[in-house]
Amino acid sequence: MTTDAMILPRATTGKVRSHQTQNEALLFEKSSPGKRAYKLPPLDVPEVDAATLLGAAHRTTPGELPELSEIEIIRHFTRLSTWNYAIDLGMYPLGSCTMKYNPRVNELVARIEGLAEAHPYRPDSLAQGILEVIELLQRCLLEITGMDAITLQPAAGAHGEFTGILLVRAWHESQGNARKKILIPDSAHGTNPATAAICGYTVENLKSNSEGGIDLEALTRQVDEETAALMLTNPSTIGVFESQIAQIAEILHAKGALLYMDGANMNALVGKARPGDFGVDVMHLNLHKTFSTPHGGGGPGSGPVACKTFLEPFLPTPVLHQNENGTKSWSYDRPNSVGRVRAFYGNVGMFIRALAYILANGPDGLRQTTEDAVLNANYIRAKLEDIYELPYKTASMHEVVFNDKRQRALGATTGEIAKRLIDYGFHPYTVSFPMIVHGALMIEPTESESLEELDLFIAAMRAIAREVEETPELVKTAPHSTRVSKLDEVQAARKPILRWRRTA
Amino acid sequence: MRYLPKSPAEREQMLAEIGALSIDDLFAVIPAGHRLNRDLYVPRAYAESEIIDYFRAAGAKNATDYASFLGAGAYRHYRPVIIDSLIQRGEFLTSYTPYQAEISQGTLQAIFEFQTMIAELTGMDVANASMYDGSTGAAEAVMMAVRVTGRHKAVVASTVHPEYREVLATYAKHQGLPTTLVGYNAETGRLDLAALEAEVTQETAAVLVQSPNFFGVIEDIPAIAAIAHAKSALLIVSIAEAISLGVVRPPVEADIVSMEAQSFGVALSYGGPFCGVIAAKEQFVRQMPGRLVGQTVDSSGYRGFVLTLSTREQHIRREKATSNICTNQALVALMATIFLSVYGKEGIRELAEHNLAKANYAAQTLSSQPGAKLLFKGAPRFHEFVLQTEESPAQWSQRLLDNKIVGGIDLSRWYPELQNCTLWCATEVITRANIDTAANALAAKLVEAL
Repeated sequence: MTTDAMILPRATTGKVRSHQTQNEALLFEKSSPGKRAYKLPPLDVPEVDAATLLGAAHRTTPGELPELSEIEIIRHFTRLSTWNYAIDLGMYPLGSCTMKYNPRVNELVARIEGLAEAHPYRPDSLAQGILEVIELLQRCLLEITGMDAITLQPAAGAHGEFTGILLVRAWHESQGNARKKILIPDSAHGTNPATAAICGYTVENLKSNSEGGIDLEALTRQVDEETAALMLTNPSTIGVFESQIAQIAEILHAKGALLYMDGANMNALVGKARPGDFGVDVMHLNLHKTFSTPHGGGGPGSGPVACKTFLEPFLPTPVLHQNENGTKSWSYDRPNSVGRVRAFYGNVGMFIRALAYILANGPDGLRQTTEDAVLNANYIRAKLEDIYELPYKTASMHEVVFNDKRQRALGATTGEIAKRLIDYGFHPYTVSFPMIVHGALMIEPTESESLEELDLFIAAMRAIAREVEETPELVKTAPHSTRVSKLDEVQAARKPILRWRRTA
Repeated sequence: MRYLPKSPAEREQMLAEIGALSIDDLFAVIPAGHRLNRDLYVPRAYAESEIIDYFRAAGAKNATDYASFLGAGAYRHYRPVIIDSLIQRGEFLTSYTPYQAEISQGTLQAIFEFQTMIAELTGMDVANASMYDGSTGAAEAVMMAVRVTGRHKAVVASTVHPEYREVLATYAKHQGLPTTLVGYNAETGRLDLAALEAEVTQETAAVLVQSPNFFGVIEDIPAIAAIAHAKSALLIVSIAEAISLGVVRPPVEADIVSMEAQSFGVALSYGGPFCGVIAAKEQFVRQMPGRLVGQTVDSSGYRGFVLTLSTREQHIRREKATSNICTNQALVALMATIFLSVYGKEGIRELAEHNLAKANYAAQTLSSQPGAKLLFKGAPRFHEFVLQTEESPAQWSQRLLDNKIVGGIDLSRWYPELQNCTLWCATEVITRANIDTAANALAAKLVEAL
């Protein structure tokens, strides 16, 4: 059992800045003319004179790209990599982000030559292997969500939201009225209102009830014949399952409005409950959250959209078609489609990884994964709720949201506590979100954390709470052990330097 | 369950400490009627070796031993080995968006380098941290021009990738953003400048063109810019083949460049993930979509990098954001950054020249076969060209497939007027032997075994 004493602040010394691995310059600053990291094979066709062939379109001034050797490039990016925190280093409890383990076999299979080298326009007859992979993933995701039809085209979660709301809009239009507004709870991700806006809808805010959930009375009041849909995250951003989900769906459906579910928090539901079984009409998934494809420092993602049968005719073009002879092909004959949302078929490399994850788990593994994710969040809640204020006492699922009320009274905010957590070897939790919780600490451990790692995290959180009481300056000036200290964001925004330039 | 780091005893211990009798207690909040009381109908759990076997079999069914002349927005180039070595470092692969700057300096500095390289190559002042791909990037660029100009119409070249145009149509439909299409000159394959001049008005927010265009032809950017700017419309240049910038003059007259950077070391992967990016003139930066990394200093004065100008973005501005984009293509942008480091200032030019030479030889060789003709001869090209044949592509394509060659793509699927016309691409990975074999098969000549 880990005790607080074992991990008490070792310090405030910081890293050795003078060491060359900590002072890697920009590529451009390391460049010197004549260095090479490449060699092209001999040209086996006649050489051409680019200036003659291209005329006025010929480039005469090259771009300032660096000139380096291979070892320098390897060292450059390896050194940079060590300045990052990562799931592979430790717990990454960002609420809403589902930072789970990214299995390495996924990376291997996504690079299998026949899959990685396939051109999107190769004839369907030469693409049956990848089409089978796509078809099996679609079937698995439909089973997991309990929905009827799916597109894998959207490139990320927000892109999936866009696609899903377009389906909603197209269906309403087919009923004679596109309607005007989308209801969005005040606890929602920022992408929800941004999506509604680019789909041509106005956003109407729905105030959460005292438990952080949907207020049925307010909903009943606000849903009308101009309401296209409610965009709901379930479990919500405070990690709570909307137990009145059936009533919510009923209220919407009674006025002809649809229920859109943001699937960001599906890691709490896979194998335990299916949105298709509780009234959801359309939803997106994040393969980079729930299905273990790597976040990669911000992407790529993949945001499949699943829907009920009545929305199927509107899915983006093309859709995968099963031919009678057992082969598969893309169908472009989609007169009611909302159109394309992306060139080609989606982030296929992510499909391969997500399917590898599903196959590695099977039905038992998927269910156990969800149970462990929920168990971990509840364990953290039980071990910290005496120290950090829990604004909503409702049962937590895969994440728990505290606020900084007690610590703020002593002068330390959630943002400062988060920075101090870095000194203890953890990535911060999500800070100041959802907006319905003032000073939120949003913690999502995922299933990937061992009991030992959880205990270390809990001990760190408890130690920081004590520091807030005893040595608040230590917290407020954190982090102390990183390569750089707190960065000046105001200066960055006021006089933006967004690129390197050669100085004479 | 090899990914789950817990023993049954530990689970029991944790439940006890939570005060739950069983795991079901933690799911009791889900109404009983909504709980799934059966196994999911998905395949049973596979061993790691079985997973590899499954995907190897799928890969083998895809047929790997074909030489391909397909391009059209997805290009096969050689990918230096160190790209995959470096991006599979866990610190890059398994990190999140670099919101916590102090422990994300690696990702942040690499994005800053990416932004710089893209700006240098495109001739723009600034570039963002990436977009989903070239198609959504082009649509977002048009919406950006609408915000900049306050105008609500767009003029689009029919020689922009047809799928990019479809994506733009999907976005534009709900923005109150009508778009008009301008055709191409039948001799040169370039945008019809007279038609463009007639379409661009004081209400035009942006002119969207692609260069090299969908036919591989390089557009006359200075002339197009003059027409757009005469009516104070913005010029957006979409670039689907980024390698072209090694040898093709960058579109410096453009206001916004939307580029697909897949050619910079990113596998074809059946169409994704790719790497879009938007670059622009400095004065438009506050209307740009997507993430931006900026340089700053820490409290001791050391140089460091942060995500900046985020008041444009959805997590701050919600429905008033410049875009709903959140997750982008960061790891793919890192691949592009490593690729450009490997080739560098000289290498990117040399590589582009090889592409030019291969395509030039392929165009000459294929078009000199009986019944074959090269279209759009009157304008400069990069590495794609349009071939017209007497036979329909359906007739000759099987002969090529029999010789393990995938020929050009049939253009009549998007351009009905281009019957028996195919778009061919020859990058540096195509060999002279591939080209000669394709030429012979096209001519229905007996092909000697290689």
